Amino acid sequence: MKILVCIKQVPDMESKFKVNAAGNWYEETDLAWRMNEYDEYAVEQAVQLKTQVGDADLCVLCIGSDRVKETMKKALAMGCDRGFHIADDESHLKDPFAIASLIAGYAKEQSFDLIFTGMQSQDRGSAQVGVLVAEMLGIPSLTTLVEFSYADGEINAKRELEGGIKAKVSCKTPALVTCQLGLNTPRYPTLPNIMKAKKKELLSTPVAEFNPVAAILETLQVAPPEKKGGGLILEGDPAELADQLIKILKEKTTALA
Amino acid sequence: MKTLLIAEYRDGKLLGTSSELINFSAQLGAGSAMFLVGSENALPGYSGKLYLAEATPATEFNPGLHKQLILEVIAKEQPQMVVLPHSSYGWDLAPRLALALNAAQISEVVEIKDGTLVVPSCNAKLRRQVKATTDISVVTLQGGAFTPADDPTGAPEVIKLEATSGGDIQFKGYEAAAATAVDLSKAEIIVSAGRGIGKPENLQMIENLAKALKGEYGASRPVVDAEWAEQSRQVGTTGQTVTPKLYVACGISGAIQHLAGMKKSEFVLAINTDKDAPIGEIADVLAVADLKQLVPILTEKLNAL
Ligand SMILES: Cc1cc2nc3c(=O)[nH]c(=O)nc-3n(C[C@H](O)[C@H](O)[C@H](O)COP(=O)(O)OP(=O)(O)OC[C@H]3O[C@@H](n4cnc5c(N)ncnc54)[C@H](O)[C@@H]3O)c2cc1C
Ligand SMILES: Nc1ncnc2c1ncn2[C@@H]1O[C@H](COP(=O)(O)O)[C@@H](O)[C@H]1O
Repeated sequence: MKILVCIKQVPDMESKFKVNAAGNWYEETDLAWRMNEYDEYAVEQAVQLKTQVGDADLCVLCIGSDRVKETMKKALAMGCDRGFHIADDESHLKDPFAIASLIAGYAKEQSFDLIFTGMQSQDRGSAQVGVLVAEMLGIPSLTTLVEFSYADGEINAKRELEGGIKAKVSCKTPALVTCQLGLNTPRYPTLPNIMKAKKKELLSTPVAEFNPVAAILETLQVAPPEKKGGGLILEGDPAELADQLIKILKEKTTALA
Repeated sequence: MKTLLIAEYRDGKLLGTSSELINFSAQLGAGSAMFLVGSENALPGYSGKLYLAEATPATEFNPGLHKQLILEVIAKEQPQMVVLPHSSYGWDLAPRLALALNAAQISEVVEIKDGTLVVPSCNAKLRRQVKATTDISVVTLQGGAFTPADDPTGAPEVIKLEATSGGDIQFKGYEAAAATAVDLSKAEIIVSAGRGIGKPENLQMIENLAKALKGEYGASRPVVDAEWAEQSRQVGTTGQTVTPKLYVACGISGAIQHLAGMKKSEFVLAINTDKDAPIGEIADVLAVADLKQLVPILTEKLNAL
């Protein structure tokens, strides 16, 4: 069985974001980078499936600058067999359509039985790439999964809907699934596995070799949201803060009445 | 400008999002038509053409079929924009339409600015103003961003569509939400724990603060996903919606899906180390502090009152 998992490297969302000089994305320096949270669930599910079926080849794919290889190594340490890196310093200027076209181009050649993606990326949050890849390949896709099982060429899964309701769905492979938070418990790579991952194949190919398509979505401007909040910001020593908060709760709420 | 609005229906009910689609279209100053796989017995308040296919267990969730039907309507109506809610239905269907139409998709629109659309990035810490370069675009709207002041009225002109089943995805019914052991929706005071608590042992200090305030404790999704708290404690779109007099958010960043569940709280106190955390946008007071230090002191002082 051939399995692909697509991951993206994103900044830690607790970072302080500055708009870049071109005004079309955030400044990439001085940020801590990590695996897109949703993709950790995708990698974990792919690794579990590989363990289940035994005879499988699990490839992890990521489009981005050389910096993303660090995150790919984490996926290899979690249990992926090999890495396919599409080297692109300008990947942040590509829209979901352009990113999906690259992934679909590679996947078409390789004919994977199952493709895992996250339901969305934390920085761009478009929730498009996975479904677009599937549509480009002409295979079914199941999105926002919180439960997944596979047997004999069939996927049985649960999609998460609003309010905690789930929809039971199934489809035949080849297929693509997008993973939602809580689908499983992503493993932490162990030290021996981190060492082993260093020897795994991590092939890097320049994006130009894939004839990338042009983006169809243009970014006109990026800016922090206008501060609407009339909210009070308090800083300082915890004990003094606590006194201030109690005073405010007494004055502004009935909580301490 | 003309829009095609894709309304949502589930398990015998029309979902409320259709009013947001109508309001968005009106704000754009566009004419519109609407599409729904639903029922004649649950029509939206809308004065316009409504293309309606009957929902059955085989057609209700069937993205391939919905795509096909919508493409037929688009051929007739020739809209420049297809509008869906950014919901489990909308984000699943939108990219399928976008690819079939060679259209750019704009996800999770929060605002119309100078005739173009604005979407959030990086957990709402940034906003992007974007523009589709294609003739037709597909957009999804963030829940709540275009809620109208008054619900739209009117009776739609219904045009029936023939829906056959089939497709490569089988829908096998719904599973109800887990029974809620705790009904947070009735709590007057809620203290919630977010990922910022760092480790499960620290949930205790959140519980202690909740007790000191004579309230309940809640949690954000990562705390529930990590099994540090029960599912029934989760606040947000996929958890409970709460409206307490006081909501204390401890180590919660304020993602839209969390805000959706608690933004109607009367008074919000946030405790967060990150001064720029989006929770600050709706908090009445943001205490910039390490919750591990502030929460125990605050609890102690409250207990001494
Ligand atoms: C379809 C969908 C549905 C969802 N439904 C829900 C839902 O119902 N409910 C929900 O909550 N989420 C939901 N989410 C997830 C949501 O997008 C966020 O991922 C989640 O709310 C983040 O939780 P958090 O704020 O606890 O964690 P984070 O976003 O990781 O934030 C942690 C915060 O803690 C702060 N912090 C760190 N250390 C400390 C410290 N020592 N003291 C004080 N502060 C500290 C950080 O500055 C940060 O702001 C959903 C997502 C999707 C895609
Ligand atoms: N640059 C990338 N490289 C590899 N996979 C990606 C990339 N961008 C997005 N993806 C995948 O597509 C999913 C959805 O992303 P998005 O449409 O940007 O929200 C992510 O969770 C990843 O699995």
